Amino acid sequence: MFSSPTVRTSLIFLAIAVVGLFFADIAITTANPWQDLGNFFLGIVTPNFFSSEGLMTALLRTVAFAFVGVVSGGICGFLLALVYRFLPVRMFCAFIRAIHELFWALIFLQFFGFHPLTGVLAIAIPYAGIFAKVYSEILEEADPEPGRVLPPGTGNITAFLYARIPDCWVKMRTYTAYRLECGLRSSAILGFVGLPTLGFYLEASFSQGLYSDAGAMLILFYVLIATMPLWVRPKLLPIYVLGAPFFLGEGLPIVWGNVQRFFTEDIVPAPLRNGDGLTGLMPWLSDLMINEAMPGIWNTIVLTQIALVATGILSLLAFPLISNHFGGPIRRGAGHVLLVITRSTPEYILAYILLQLWGPSMLPAIVALALHNGGIIGHLIGRQTSSIELRSDTVQGFNRYSWELVPRVYRSFLAFLFYRWEIIMRETAILGILGIYTLGFYVDSAIQNIRFDRAMVLILVTALLNIGVDTLGRYIRRKLALQTMPTC
Amino acid sequence: MKGFNLLGLTASFGGKRVIGPLSLQVNPGDKIALVGKSGAGKSTLIRLIHERVNRESSLIPQDLGLVNALSVFHNVFMGQLDRHSTWYNTLTLARPFSKDREAVHSLLQSLGMTEKLWIPAASLSGGQRQRVAIARALYRNAPVLLADEPVSALDGPMANSVMTHLRDRFTTSVIALHDVELALNYCTRIVGIHDGQVALDRPSEHLSVSDIMSLY
Repeated sequence: MFSSPTVRTSLIFLAIAVVGLFFADIAITTANPWQDLGNFFLGIVTPNFFSSEGLMTALLRTVAFAFVGVVSGGICGFLLALVYRFLPVRMFCAFIRAIHELFWALIFLQFFGFHPLTGVLAIAIPYAGIFAKVYSEILEEADPEPGRVLPPGTGNITAFLYARIPDCWVKMRTYTAYRLECGLRSSAILGFVGLPTLGFYLEASFSQGLYSDAGAMLILFYVLIATMPLWVRPKLLPIYVLGAPFFLGEGLPIVWGNVQRFFTEDIVPAPLRNGDGLTGLMPWLSDLMINEAMPGIWNTIVLTQIALVATGILSLLAFPLISNHFGGPIRRGAGHVLLVITRSTPEYILAYILLQLWGPSMLPAIVALALHNGGIIGHLIGRQTSSIELRSDTVQGFNRYSWELVPRVYRSFLAFLFYRWEIIMRETAILGILGIYTLGFYVDSAIQNIRFDRAMVLILVTALLNIGVDTLGRYIRRKLALQTMPTC
Repeated sequence: MKGFNLLGLTASFGGKRVIGPLSLQVNPGDKIALVGKSGAGKSTLIRLIHERVNRESSLIPQDLGLVNALSVFHNVFMGQLDRHSTWYNTLTLARPFSKDREAVHSLLQSLGMTEKLWIPAASLSGGQRQRVAIARALYRNAPVLLADEPVSALDGPMANSVMTHLRDRFTTSVIALHDVELALNYCTRIVGIHDGQVALDRPSEHLSVSDIMSLY
């Protein structure tokens, strides 16, 4: 068994995570962590839906930002997909999707302020990069045969509309709908940087200890996501798409002077701005690299590797909860509810809640990342095992798990895990905004200190790190011949 | 139209030559049946000829080339996409014009499948799919027909009626057929392919089933 490349790869990653644990800062620093956790769960089971009228507005804004952001990202992504074969386009898309929605929001906040455009662009830009990649893959997989039998002389647009789009339509629609769900999560967490979506009210309720209010918000959010198949209907979509821009709220007007100042002064590296020229640039850059980028990169990598392995372990433990090879319908139903909750809650919100309860360290981040990503992979793998037909005289219980099921799904499990590696790293970096010393922490501090030049360099470093991990993940998946559909 | 003289056709697959070098003179009015064992290179030859005479031919490839998500009407209409402007084609995608509807409808009537005009090609049976590809080739109305086993999924009477249509509508044709009797009945010239070479080339009136069977 140890000679199998998949097992060997898993063990190497496990060893890296164990070594990482020695360097990681893991602690519970609050005085009464369990009491706080208890209060929080008490809040969830005693939700207060009527405390403030802001709740419904926040929900509406969350949906509106998600729609406008995802639809504009989808349109741009589709256009980019048509020219995706050109290397500069591919690099551009990889770059814009390597920067997290919250980082985009932090950037736009500096010059558009609290204008709705900030939230829309924060979702639309990274989503356009992702849509471009996935759409172009779907278009490439279309059956080429109908295109070959078209009469010669058929126009390019006609050929595309008849021989390409119909074959891809269902896949593109499914993926876009799925992305809309991701967009709702992205939209919700934009509230944490001050936009008027759910995160804003969640943070406000938490900071005042109003756990029942926070509980009500989370429950409404789950209901919103779980009922998506009911309210996102093809016939209603045009209404949503046309209506959504009118529900983004007024925000604050854009001050164009700020926009100009941001590009011509704020993001110009300080030594150049002060006229020190290139001689001043090197010390500035090396100071930034040694004191902020390096520690940020180190902590981001350590946290990512631990969270990745924790996600893997949790997925393997979680998938039997919904697999029809174990337990009856009641237990499976409960398992479904549990996994829907963990995968619908954005890691950022989970980490925020756990951080409030346990105090700042890497532990809340690891648990949050593992719960969310483990919920997603556990759900996908569990569903996959349900379609496996076992011979009728096969073993039961743990033997069935370890002999019949895990060996059959292990490759696709690894494929999903390595696919999510880059996503986990992107999230890890962003969790720094909550006070864990990953790259996001240094970006956020630089912005707090109004040193946007430093923040931009650090965001650039984060993007490059994500692109690096994405490339490595794809290399490993190719080496092990693992294939997967995209997840978010 | 003029006939066409195909000289030095070759094709390789994975470094191994599967066709030729092979030459074939196709005269106007020839109705050629390509016969031979499966794997002899008939499909490859049809594809090679199509590459040479693209513009003037209606093609029925073996895997049909249907767009599964589009309706039967649209799949047939695709045979004339080059004769309309982009906006006309785009409008047709959303809402076909009545004269096209009637034309496609009567064409499908002659192939015995009018009631299926608006259902997606994905939900058709094998024989129905094959008739949609045949209707597309007929609708295209090019002078030359290139077809690869066009009636393999049709039952006896239907196969005969379709072959009659193809014979009457196209003056010149090259059809790969594994059914030797159909080849003798509907084609004027039999070309036998063996190991990527022409092993037999005679008018069908001088041939009997047993002459052709020696190829197999």
